[in-house]
Amino acid sequence: MKLLTHNMLTSHVKGVTKGYPLLIKATEVKMNEVEFNPQFVSRMIPKLEWSALVQAAEELGQRQDLPGELVSDYEKNEDFLKKVHRVLLEVEVIEGCLQCPESGREFPISRGIPNMLLNEDEV
Amino acid sequence: MASSCRRPEHSAPPDVFYNEEEAKKYSQNSRMIEIQTQMSERAVELLNLPEGHPSFLLDVGCGSGLSGDYLSEEGHYWVGVDISTAMLDVALDREVEGDLLVGDMGQGMPFRPGTFDGCISISALQWLCNADKRTHSPPKRLYTFFSTLYSSLLELITTQAMRAGFSGGMVVDYPNSSKAKKFFLCLFAGASGVLPKGLGTETSDRAVSNQVQFSGQRCRFKNMKGKSAKKGRDWIFEKKERRRRQGREVRADTKYTGLRVTRLWKVVPPSQYPKGENHRLSSPPDAPTLPGRSRIILSVSAPLLHLTHPEEEDTEN
Repeated sequence: MKLLTHNMLTSHVKGVTKGYPLLIKATEVKMNEVEFNPQFVSRMIPKLEWSALVQAAEELGQRQDLPGELVSDYEKNEDFLKKVHRVLLEVEVIEGCLQCPESGREFPISRGIPNMLLNEDEV
Repeated sequence: MASSCRRPEHSAPPDVFYNEEEAKKYSQNSRMIEIQTQMSERAVELLNLPEGHPSFLLDVGCGSGLSGDYLSEEGHYWVGVDISTAMLDVALDREVEGDLLVGDMGQGMPFRPGTFDGCISISALQWLCNADKRTHSPPKRLYTFFSTLYSSLLELITTQAMRAGFSGGMVVDYPNSSKAKKFFLCLFAGASGVLPKGLGTETSDRAVSNQVQFSGQRCRFKNMKGKSAKKGRDWIFEKKERRRRQGREVRADTKYTGLRVTRLWKVVPPSQYPKGENHRLSSPPDAPTLPGRSRIILSVSAPLLHLTHPEEEDTEN
């Protein structure tokens, strides 16, 4: 699971209103090289929840020098876009679990695939 | 005849049906791969994404990632959701580029509002019409799926606005062919779009090169099957001639000789195809107009007309 996907994922357990951001408890993290596409990264930045991204990167120990606040003219700042690209698309959680901040429900991640299936009483 | 070509959704729930054996077919069977790729091509074409921009797409029922491969080829980024872990394992082995999730579309899409630029789903929606468990209610599961999907495509909508509908409709490609016929449910969120034309109807432009062309290849082989060279018209003329030479009583040749089989078929030119195959859906009049535009294309293998639930009547009372 890439952090881009994590940034979009919410918990959809019955009764949970926000369920965001999901806490990451990772046991295995991998770096996976992906081709840099500045156009895509700058298109995705307005859609991101920046604080959740920084928090997720911190939890995985991959924050490095990612600024806590969004840079204002990020479209032209290639250095910044590259940092975002690395965190968004190259860091992958392979094993671990995601935890809903409200209900505490854990969604296991195995082989890089989070299992978001709910039990019947959670629908 | 209907029982001889039972559809997968009639035999078992999706997480059971797509086991390792079935999943393997999706990486090895070239005909399955070809059909899946063709349908993805058509779905992406119907999505009508702005050209030259890499988009972020959702693939519901991504399976082994065949449709995703096509999305990656076109330069898009995608997230795939599927209920079958066996199929997702195949996707992992094929090293697809998108991110994968295990999820049940009937339980809703677990994404923040406004996440995706569009959504495709190739031959997955029909599974939602089944009640595989006692607790499943197809209308409810369809509603959950569509309402959460609507929200993950659009920004700034409240729970109330989620009840507002998509607009759009059904596009039917090749309505006159039972084999090539494909249903595409095109939904527009936000500013309403013009419903694309189905292929194989009189108005479609067959000459456009970027459209997926129906080659009729499968039908050609199908027609060949079981029709030996012995039953042809030439063979009949030859046989009759042979019998005449043997001095037997043979009927005279007429223009109808040997036409018995072919006369069962009537060739209808595209200009005479029946109209009204595209059915429009519309939003309720009080639906708010929403900013932005996104589309989802869902290909379904059967028209979604009769949604019934075995226990519906009992629970109503």
